[in-house]
Amino acid sequence: MTTRSTPRVLGAALVAAVLIAILSIKLNSFRDYQIAEIAIEVTAVAGLTILTGLSGQISLGNGAFMAIGAYVTALLLLHLNWPFYLVLVLAAAITAAAGAVVGVAAARLRGPYLAGATLLLGVALPSVAYAYTGFFGGDQGLDVTFTTPAFLGANFPLTRWEAWVCSAFALVTLVLLANLGRSRVGRSWRAVRDDEVAAALAGVNVAAARVLAFVVSAACAGLAGGLLAIVTGLVAPGAFTITLSIALLTAAVIGGLGTLPGAVWGSLVIVLVPTYATDVATSHGLSSSVASNIPLAAYGAVLILVMLLFPQGIQGAVRWLLGLFGISSARDWRPSDVSPVQPREKEGTQ
Amino acid sequence: MVEFLQFTLSGLSFGMIYAAIALSLVLIWRGTRLLNFAQGGMAMFTTYIALEVIRHTGSYWAGFVVALAAGVVLGAAAELAVVRPALGKPELNAVIITIGLLILLEGLAGIFYGGQYRSFPAAFSVIGLRVGSTPLGVSRFDVFVALAVLAATLLLAAGFRYTSAGLRMRAAAFNATVARLSGIRVARVITVGWALAGLLGALAGVLVTPSTFLYPNSMDSIFVFGFTAAVIGGLDSALGAVVGGLLLGVVLSYAGGYLGSQGSDLTALVALGILVVVLMLRPDGIFSGARVRRV
Repeated sequence: MTTRSTPRVLGAALVAAVLIAILSIKLNSFRDYQIAEIAIEVTAVAGLTILTGLSGQISLGNGAFMAIGAYVTALLLLHLNWPFYLVLVLAAAITAAAGAVVGVAAARLRGPYLAGATLLLGVALPSVAYAYTGFFGGDQGLDVTFTTPAFLGANFPLTRWEAWVCSAFALVTLVLLANLGRSRVGRSWRAVRDDEVAAALAGVNVAAARVLAFVVSAACAGLAGGLLAIVTGLVAPGAFTITLSIALLTAAVIGGLGTLPGAVWGSLVIVLVPTYATDVATSHGLSSSVASNIPLAAYGAVLILVMLLFPQGIQGAVRWLLGLFGISSARDWRPSDVSPVQPREKEGTQ
Repeated sequence: MVEFLQFTLSGLSFGMIYAAIALSLVLIWRGTRLLNFAQGGMAMFTTYIALEVIRHTGSYWAGFVVALAAGVVLGAAAELAVVRPALGKPELNAVIITIGLLILLEGLAGIFYGGQYRSFPAAFSVIGLRVGSTPLGVSRFDVFVALAVLAATLLLAAGFRYTSAGLRMRAAAFNATVARLSGIRVARVITVGWALAGLLGALAGVLVTPSTFLYPNSMDSIFVFGFTAAVIGGLDSALGAVVGGLLLGVVLSYAGGYLGSQGSDLTALVALGILVVVLMLRPDGIFSGARVRRV
C-alpha cells in the first residue's frame, strides 16, 4: 500500500503545483490573493480533519492555534530578521508544542466536553492580545512586512508570490499528512477512534495517539496562521474570532470529514461561496446592508443543504459520482471504509 | 466587604442568564444528544422581533410575550425542518447544521434589521438599588432577571416532575427505544423539548440585551458562556446547568471587578481556567452520574 500510494500522492501534488502556477499567472491579483487564502485554509483544515476525522477528537479551537502561529511569525519577523520560511517552520513547531499541552489536557475529555473546552480556548486565547497591549499590539495588532525576493525581479506581483508560497506550504503539508495517515500512526488513530478499548488491547498507546493528533493538527494550524500573517500583513486579535474556529470545523465536515481531498473541497466552499454571493448581490444593486449580509445567509443555507443532501460531505458525493462511471477512488479513511465497527461511545465525535 | 457583596450580586444576576442558556442546551442535549449552536442566534432573532413589536405597540410586555412565543415556534421549527432529517447521519452533520442555522439567522438579521447596534429597553429601572446609602450593585431590573429565570426553571422542573407530559419527556430522554415501545411519541416529545429550549433562549435574549446591545452577533459571547456553564455542570443535569451558570457568573464578576481592566479583557481566559479545573476533576461535569463504559 505505502509503496504504491506515495508516488500517486506526489504525482497529484506536482500536478496541482503546475495547475496553481498556471492559474496564478493567468488570473488577476485579487484571484491570486484568493488562491493564497484557499491554500491557508486548506493547511489548517487538513490538520483539523486529521484530528477530528482520524483520531475522533473534535476541536472548536483550532483558530487559537492559528493565532499562536500568526503571533509567533509576526514577533519573529519583527524582532529577528530571519528568512520567512525558517520563521514559518519555527511557528509551526512552537504551535505544535502548544498543541501538546492542549492535547494532554484534553486527553480525558470526550464529545461535547471537549467541544466546550476547545471552543472556550478559541475565544480566550486571542483575548490575551488585548490584555498585554505592549507586547502584542492590542486591538491594532502587529504589522508584518513581506516582500517578493530579489531574484524574481522588481515587477513580480506580490500577490502571485504569496499565492506560490502559501500553495507550496499547503501542498507539502498535504503530502506529509497523506503519508502520515497511511502509516502506523494513522492506523493507530483510526483504531483509537473506532474503539478505544480494542485499540488499547491491541497494544496502541491510546493517550499518546490522542495527544499526537493534537500536536499534528496544531502544527498545521500554526503554519496556516503564519501564512495568514504574511499574506494579510497584519496580525490582530480580530482575525481570530470564534467564527474562524467554527469555519475550520465546518470546512472539514462539509468537504468530507477525515479525507484530505475533502479538506480542499471544504476550503473552496468557505472561501468562494461568500465571495461569489457578494458579487451576485452587489451586481444586482442591492443596498449595502442587504448586500453584505446575503453572502452570510447564503453560506448558512449552503451548509445546511450540503449536510442534508450529502451526509458524507462533498468528497462523498465525488466518490459516488466516480463510482457511477466505474472508477474507484483511492481508499481513504472514512469509518465505513476502514471497519464495520461503529464507535462504541455514543458521544464519540460530537 | 461591600464591594464583595456588589460583585457577588451582579455576578448572580448575569449568572442567571448563563444558566438560562445552559438549561436550554441541556434540554436539547437530553432529548437529541446534540449541541445546538444556533441557540444564541435564535435568541438574538427573537429579541429583534420583540424590539419590532415594542416599537409598534409601545408595550414592553407585548414584546416580551411575543419573543417567548417566537422562541417556541423557532425552536420547534428548527427541530422539524433541519435537525430531524439529519439524525441517523454522521453525528457531526447535525452540529454543522445548527452552525449553518446560526449563520443563516445572523445573515437574515443583518438583511432585515441592518448591522448597527440598537439599544433594547429594560422592564424595570436599571438604576442601582441602595440600602441606606450603600449601593448594592444590582438594579430592580437585575432582580427581575434573576426572578424570571428562577421562575422559568422552577416551572420547568415542576413540569418535568409532576405532569405526565414531563414524565414522557424524562422517559424519552432516559431510553428512547423503551419509551417508544411503551407508546410514547418520542419524536413529538423531542420537538417539545426544542420548543421549550427556544423559549428559555428567547427569555435569556430579552433579559440580557438591555445590558449589552442588540446586533446580529450580540448573543455569541453569551452563548459561549452559557455553553461553558452547561459543560461545567454536566450536560445531562438541569441542576448542573443552573449551578454552572451561577458559578461562572460570580467568578467572572469577581475577575472583572478585582482585576481591573485587564480582568475584563481576560474574562474568557478566567472562564477557561474554571472549565479546565472542573473538567480535570470531573471530565463529565460536576453533576455527571457515574461514567459507564461498555467494553
